[in-house]
Amino acid sequence: MSEQKLPMVEAEAASDGASPPPVEVEASSVRLIGTLTLAGALAGIAIVMAFQWANPKIKAHDAEVLRQSVGIVLGSPDHYETVFLDGGRFTATPAADTAGLDRVYVGYDASGKPTGVAIQAAEAGFQDIIDLLFGYDPAKQEVIGMTVLNSNETPGLGAKITSDSSFIKGFDDVATPLLGVKKGQGKGKDDEVVMITGATISSRAVIKIINDRLDAIQKPVDAYWSTIAPKTAASGAATSATSGGSGQ
Amino acid sequence: MRKTTPQEDLLRGIWKENPVLVQLLGLCPTLAVTGSVENALTMGIATFFVLLGSSILVSTFKSVIPKEVRISAYILVIATFVTIADLVLHAVVPDIHKSLGPFVPLIVVNCIILGRQEAFSSKNTVARSTLDALGTGFGFIITMMIMGSVRELLGNGTFLNHPVFGSHFEPWVIMVLPPGGFFTLGFILLAIGWKKEREAETVKPRRWPHGVTTEVGGTV
Repeated sequence: MSEQKLPMVEAEAASDGASPPPVEVEASSVRLIGTLTLAGALAGIAIVMAFQWANPKIKAHDAEVLRQSVGIVLGSPDHYETVFLDGGRFTATPAADTAGLDRVYVGYDASGKPTGVAIQAAEAGFQDIIDLLFGYDPAKQEVIGMTVLNSNETPGLGAKITSDSSFIKGFDDVATPLLGVKKGQGKGKDDEVVMITGATISSRAVIKIINDRLDAIQKPVDAYWSTIAPKTAASGAATSATSGGSGQ
Repeated sequence: MRKTTPQEDLLRGIWKENPVLVQLLGLCPTLAVTGSVENALTMGIATFFVLLGSSILVSTFKSVIPKEVRISAYILVIATFVTIADLVLHAVVPDIHKSLGPFVPLIVVNCIILGRQEAFSSKNTVARSTLDALGTGFGFIITMMIMGSVRELLGNGTFLNHPVFGSHFEPWVIMVLPPGGFFTLGFILLAIGWKKEREAETVKPRRWPHGVTTEVGGTV
């Protein structure tokens, strides 16, 4: 039997006649560099334009998420103020650039009285970093709320730290440092947080994150609180009138 | 060699040469972000955008890009579109962008996109490259949707976060975990392989052009 070639579909081949076969001429180094330089410059312009369009929206969203999260952990304050850890003490007006400074958010009620401090913390959980925000009342030395900002814990198990309402409510008005206890093994003490069955590692990680963060900044936070609490008690209404909306 | 028709250019990537189910390319995002329909669809659309934009640009400028730096130039074009897609997703759907994690920037190294530039767009007209990118992109989206639907339905009992099976359904958590991705893709590939095998078994004698006839089990 003589061999005959079947008509094969060669989709990848240039064959519509519109583009002639390229002439194999080695390009000069100048042309190679020029081509990539021009392409890089055009790419840079395109990226900058996209960034300028997107960045305000991204920042606005981040600010809204932070405002909502602070509201959750501090019980819907009227407004909040961002204070920075500068030279070992918290201040609302740091001397240095605020970009690299640690910060917390102090919530105030409508009369200008401070209601608590929202503190962000992040550490390793079971699968990945758990990023959370918790409320802290320096006057009572208590954690007053917690919300998970970001986590990649196991769906259906560790991920319950973001959705299990009884676990999340367990962080309301708990004395510091927190103590994690398994379900049914608690003794009813003020510092106990009941962990989630089946998500013990993630639950314990959340408690550890809060304790570690408080270990690091509880003293300067308490010191700052002592400076604002008497001041706002004396001139609460005036502070509320001048502070305006949410600070960032 | 026979010239392909526009319909073939468009439809080839959707089924016959589906990038994931036939060519087994782009498996990283297919396995990693199809735990939910929302994530799968978003990743599919982002990849579609990058593929389409890159194919149009590469086919437009193919004659001015020296062959010595063509791969670098393709990567530059792809990376630009990926960065734009990443920024747009971050601005428009920030929650989904967060849940997709690093897999949006990783579209840069998706074999489907660079493969189509090197194999097709760099050798064909803008119109044909656009059709090819549309077909391949839709093929990828369809595959992502199938994977995402199966995994979310079984692993969470929902479709686009809406409960489907009611409160009595106990979710198969493993389906939204990494093993669930392998199980789902494996079963889909198994089904496709079984179907192809059945088709091959039932193929009838066919008359080719030039008077050549084939029979089952025979030689040309």
